[in-house]
Amino acid sequence: MSALDAEPQQIDLREPAGWRRTKSRIMTSLMVLSFVVVIIPLGFVLYTVIAKGASVVGWSFWTSGTIPPNTSPLGLGGIGPAIIGTIEIVALASAMAVPLGVLGAIYINEYGGRGVLARIVRFMADVMTGVPSIVMGLFIFSIWVLHFGTNGFSGLAGAFALGCLMLPIVIRSSEEMLKLVPNALREGSYALGATKARVTVTVVLPAALGGIVSGALLAIARAAGETAPLLFTILGVQSLNWNVFHGATTALPLLIFSNASSPYVGAEGRGWGAALTLIAIAFILMITARLVTARFARYAR
Amino acid sequence: MEDPEQIAVTTSLPKPAALRESRATASDTPGAPVFDTRNVSCYYGSFRAVTDVSLTIHENDITAFIGPSGCGKTTVLRTLNRMNDLVEGARVEGDVEYRGASLYAPGVSPTAVRRRIGMVFQKPNPFPKSIYDNVAYGPRINGERKKDKLDEIVEHSLRQAALWDEVKNRLNKSGLGLSGGQAQRLCIARTLAVEPDVVLMDEPCSALDPIATGKIEDLMREIKSRYTIVIVTHNMQQATRVSDRTAFYSVLRDEENDTRTGVLVEYGRTQQIFEDPHDPRTQAYVTGRVG
Repeated sequence: MSALDAEPQQIDLREPAGWRRTKSRIMTSLMVLSFVVVIIPLGFVLYTVIAKGASVVGWSFWTSGTIPPNTSPLGLGGIGPAIIGTIEIVALASAMAVPLGVLGAIYINEYGGRGVLARIVRFMADVMTGVPSIVMGLFIFSIWVLHFGTNGFSGLAGAFALGCLMLPIVIRSSEEMLKLVPNALREGSYALGATKARVTVTVVLPAALGGIVSGALLAIARAAGETAPLLFTILGVQSLNWNVFHGATTALPLLIFSNASSPYVGAEGRGWGAALTLIAIAFILMITARLVTARFARYAR
Repeated sequence: MEDPEQIAVTTSLPKPAALRESRATASDTPGAPVFDTRNVSCYYGSFRAVTDVSLTIHENDITAFIGPSGCGKTTVLRTLNRMNDLVEGARVEGDVEYRGASLYAPGVSPTAVRRRIGMVFQKPNPFPKSIYDNVAYGPRINGERKKDKLDEIVEHSLRQAALWDEVKNRLNKSGLGLSGGQAQRLCIARTLAVEPDVVLMDEPCSALDPIATGKIEDLMREIKSRYTIVIVTHNMQQATRVSDRTAFYSVLRDEENDTRTGVLVEYGRTQQIFEDPHDPRTQAYVTGRVG
């Protein structure tokens, strides 16, 4: 009642003055700052790699055979075997880890529910995420490579190691995406007389596809850049090896590692060139997968 | 607002055993019974959501379930096509018969049940697919592959749902791009496309404006000669406008154990329920004094 008698006054709809308004300003600036802090290293890495690698890369660089790091000058030799090796190994690792990981996520989220097995799988995936990559390499080295003696080193062994690394990432990211699919869609499908398998394949998976592909891509990009798991599994050689299932081979991260750790100018340049190539491959992969998912997700909005 | 009489009505509810006696039976010659529930109680875990529901739903009728929130009307609706099987811990006691067959007998496939008894939900839930694929979804999972047959089903279903003219030029656009009312009619078309015997509707208009609601009500009257419809609604005018029979549910509170459960208070012809309710609780509810 007393409000009616009071003098009409200017209504202030702004954030209340004082500490609350200051707090809002501080938090906003902090967020802008953290964005900038995140962007700086990314920009710097890209700038450095492009500046140092751009002059090296070219068709002959990508296709020529590898030469020992100490051979100078720059302009001779290339990274052909390593590109082939990387593409083959990562493709094989993805072929193993992505389907298995997505199926695992489907089990956890759609079928396992709160059951014991689902909880075990989820927990193990979490544990596996925390295993250092070099341990994965050693694991495959001891159970696979050693088993076959000197013939044990192969692209396949490398793919096993990378696959183990990718699997938990794929499982957890796919699971998160499946969780986001609204239950109303599942019920809509069930109400038409669909079986559980049908609901999963025709409604849940398509709705989550974009996110699943993004998660798989992150895993692939992560695996493509791994050096440690490959050290013990593919050995790293100079020569080209087309056969991913047999014999030691090489890959871009290994080549970058060996070239960057040698003191010769030519080797250093080839290292930068290989680094730029690796980034470019990851980038092309991302773009391609985005285009593919955009085609599938046509009806998402 | 706070009428002491009304409070007395809600707190002095008789026990469920007495309720069954008070159940009104419809007088006019009804269609063949489609559902026959006998002493159905539904549980979620240890919580008894609804107790001792016995009613008969007749062919080509529109049956409305009304009642305040928490009275179990949606739960009863969802037991009619075994949708509650999807809820963890949900359990049904008593017998639900559908055209003489027990829905909860061992060996009954919920999938087969739901192919005959479709459901439209409170919130329109079109799939993130094209309008065409939304409607063709049901026939496709039932094995229909022929393009011309599917075209025919899609057009026929969309026409039945009074949506064809609005979408015929954009059948391959996303179903998510439709307005709320259109999306709900798409969901109805999707349900009709599998040629169900019964259509269950769980507050199908609660997310829609009056014009879209009017269209769906017209559509219900339009298709009732071919389907049996059960609709849950919070809107009593809607119940009087579309339904032939109305079941009024209420909440029964047990003050001693501090529990509550839903009960069927009165079931009969809609006109009788609204104009001459036999139970004082029904009267309080339909006249707007309670709930």
